[in-house]
Amino acid sequence: MSESTAPPEDEEVAHHDEHESTGVENRKLGMWVFLSSEFLFFGALITNYLLYFGREFEQGPTPSEIYDIPFTSVSSFVLLMSSLTMVLAHNALTRRDQGATRTWLLATAMLGSVFLAGQVFEFTEFIVEYDMTLSTNPAASSFYVLTGFHGTHVAIGVIMLLSLFGLSKRLGGLSERQHLNLELVGLYWHFVDIIWIVIFTVVYLLTATSGG
Amino acid sequence: MTTAAERAATIFRRPAPEKGIWSWITTVDHKRIGVMYGYSAFIFFIIGGLEALLLRIHLSQAESNFLTAAEYNGLFTTHGVTMVFLVIMPMGAAFMNYLLPLMIGARDVAFPRLNALSYWIFLFGGLFLYSGILFSGMAAPIGVEGVSGNLDPSDITRLGALPDGGWFFYQPNASRDFSPGTAVDFAALGLQILGIASLISAVNFIVTIFNLRAKGMRLLRMPVFIWMSLVVAFLLLFSLPIIAIALFMVTFDRQFGTLFFDATGGGDPILWQHLFWLFGHPEVYILILPAMGIVSEILPVFSRKPLFGYAAVVFAGAGIGFLGFGVWAHHMFASGITPAAQAGFGIATMTIAVPTGVKIFNWLGTMWLGRIRLAPPMLFAIGFLAMFTIGGLSGVTHSIVPSDWQQTDTYYIVGHFHYVLFGGAIFGIFGGLYYWFPKFAGRMLNERLGKIHFWLWFIGFNMTFAPMHWLGFQGMIRRTWRYHPSLEFWNQIVSIGAFIIALGLVVFIFNWVRSRRHGPIAGMDPWDARTLEWSIPNPTPVHNFSTVPTVHGLDEFWHRKYGEDDEGRPVRKDDADSYVARLGEEGNDPAVPIHLPNPTYFPFLMAAGLPLIGYGIIFHTSAVGKALIAIGVLLSLSALMGWATEPLEEGHHGPVEAH
Repeated sequence: MSESTAPPEDEEVAHHDEHESTGVENRKLGMWVFLSSEFLFFGALITNYLLYFGREFEQGPTPSEIYDIPFTSVSSFVLLMSSLTMVLAHNALTRRDQGATRTWLLATAMLGSVFLAGQVFEFTEFIVEYDMTLSTNPAASSFYVLTGFHGTHVAIGVIMLLSLFGLSKRLGGLSERQHLNLELVGLYWHFVDIIWIVIFTVVYLLTATSGG
Repeated sequence: MTTAAERAATIFRRPAPEKGIWSWITTVDHKRIGVMYGYSAFIFFIIGGLEALLLRIHLSQAESNFLTAAEYNGLFTTHGVTMVFLVIMPMGAAFMNYLLPLMIGARDVAFPRLNALSYWIFLFGGLFLYSGILFSGMAAPIGVEGVSGNLDPSDITRLGALPDGGWFFYQPNASRDFSPGTAVDFAALGLQILGIASLISAVNFIVTIFNLRAKGMRLLRMPVFIWMSLVVAFLLLFSLPIIAIALFMVTFDRQFGTLFFDATGGGDPILWQHLFWLFGHPEVYILILPAMGIVSEILPVFSRKPLFGYAAVVFAGAGIGFLGFGVWAHHMFASGITPAAQAGFGIATMTIAVPTGVKIFNWLGTMWLGRIRLAPPMLFAIGFLAMFTIGGLSGVTHSIVPSDWQQTDTYYIVGHFHYVLFGGAIFGIFGGLYYWFPKFAGRMLNERLGKIHFWLWFIGFNMTFAPMHWLGFQGMIRRTWRYHPSLEFWNQIVSIGAFIIALGLVVFIFNWVRSRRHGPIAGMDPWDARTLEWSIPNPTPVHNFSTVPTVHGLDEFWHRKYGEDDEGRPVRKDDADSYVARLGEEGNDPAVPIHLPNPTYFPFLMAAGLPLIGYGIIFHTSAVGKALIAIGVLLSLSALMGWATEPLEEGHHGPVEAH
């Protein structure tokens, strides 16, 4: 079915949101505003981690002693690549290539899932091999809560990507209205990636005392 | 029109009730949502007020046994939490919801369905928070090893399980060891849910103010109330994520054994104070700025003069919001922070008095030489001005660190913040209720009863909170169940004052209920007002504006009614009355059909999932808890899916189809 036709509109009809004073679409402006709040959310979490980094605790180990930097580098690379596939999905939809859009959406969701699987593996390894749980020391607590919340954000992103994929599959393509939705999911996805770059640099690389 | 496929993707038939309870549950109309916010907050105001009266009955005798110590602790905590999060914040949201689109010339907010979602999350969050009292005598998480969750029998009260750590839940007092039972968990998760509601409204209001202004409504032509709402929305946007993290840390400490605030495991209880006040101080301005906006609307109308120094008031408001993020540690002078930090935060606290002083002088300048009409809205606005100035000045005394050490945790502090939050925020809010009642009801409130209400409150308020200042200096400690008998006389004055306030509220409720049905019809523009919301009929039609106005300046509506004589004095135009009458006729009868967003079930359903997740987390060790989390997540997610596939407005089924 053709997606290029906008719904026919009677020109003599008024709506509740007739124009955007700033020229930026409402939903897009909303997403930017929301993301600015998210920076404070992760800012607080990263600050917590840094506060407890370097302190001496009765019970070890602390996360910085047991990081597997090569492993996390690979999973970080996977997540970064998902930003590329996200851009490709957006690009494909701009060209109205619905098939390619679906392929790249699925690829992005898959890469995100691989990252999440890596995080599950990392947590399991830390708990089983090194006996570092939520309750070992505050540094461990803040590590798990920080990376856990990031993982939750990735998981929500994967759900949104798969929803777009499913919607496109079911409707035979994404409409004009959905086009912006894809852009918004893209904004969110890139944000989650950028936050991971900060986490990987500040929380992993700068504080790692072994494993590098 | 929508595609058949999109229509098929919706689960429910689209609701379209115009009356009855379902019309309220499914509404996305900003006016109805504002009204629901207002009534819900008012009910919580009565509950919080009753809690305060119980406290005052107890404190009217030095060695009273009216309440047990545990009940006393629980009541002052819930009183604080209720008044801050369930009364003043949603009251501000009520005014913003109702007025924001009307004042900027829009037909609704930018995201009408998100707006409904905010309200339902707020309501469910509040009910969730209060439902904690039902789980008395329960130690959660049930059966977790290594967690000492045994309830002290003395913590069980006649009022159910009440959180008892004060509204700021200091650690480690609010930890599992010192606050067993589920009360703190309900508070932490309830506040978390309320925070989500506020965050969503903040995004919604920012986008609305930036994007939905009528043509010509430049930023510096917006009414001051809109400016203050914008500042509040940004404060919420940047402070809520911090309290969200802090509350998550409390929940994790209590439920999942993390050690953030557990000093024995290496945790840092002071971290909680920093995170809490990093949110908590901006929160103070979140509470007061909407009232400042309301007062800035009332004073010019009843002084019949434009606001003195409009730009100064706007920038002072933004300055207060900005500085509000840099003064949090003045709540912690007695917590052992370094002398350098004490000096820095002390000076920062003093600077915040500057923009506040600018505003106070601008308000006074507005009234100066004005033709003042002492109707109830104006009385409350002047009351606000006087009481807030006193509260602000006692606030500045906290910036002097040695003096603050003396005042910390005494009734001086209690007196101070009630002057700001009751004498300030609540007086402002009630001024707004009197002022905009005709807008919402189409009728007038009784003016004599309004004046009686004002004087009862003005006298009762000062009797209640002024003596607290000297009680504090005489050594009466906050949050204690007993005090020295020599302080009994002034405590009795305070308690009598509290009951006078309650009497004033009864007068107000009587006035409201009676005027809602029998008050005189307001007609157009009952106050000879200045802003756009009065250029449309009362009560507001569903579509707000039949024709969205084009704005040419500040106080647009006033300039349409008034010209100037040779000496620059305002003179009412000859055709002003007929112009206003014509606006009234056109306002109810739009020339073209207006399609508004359709009602929807999904915001309600999505919000309903959150408290289920909350119960699930508190009882997560049991199978029921795990099931509740799953059900809650599924409910919210599927509602979200339905929402995403349901178009905002469906072609020819709009509620307004006028021709």
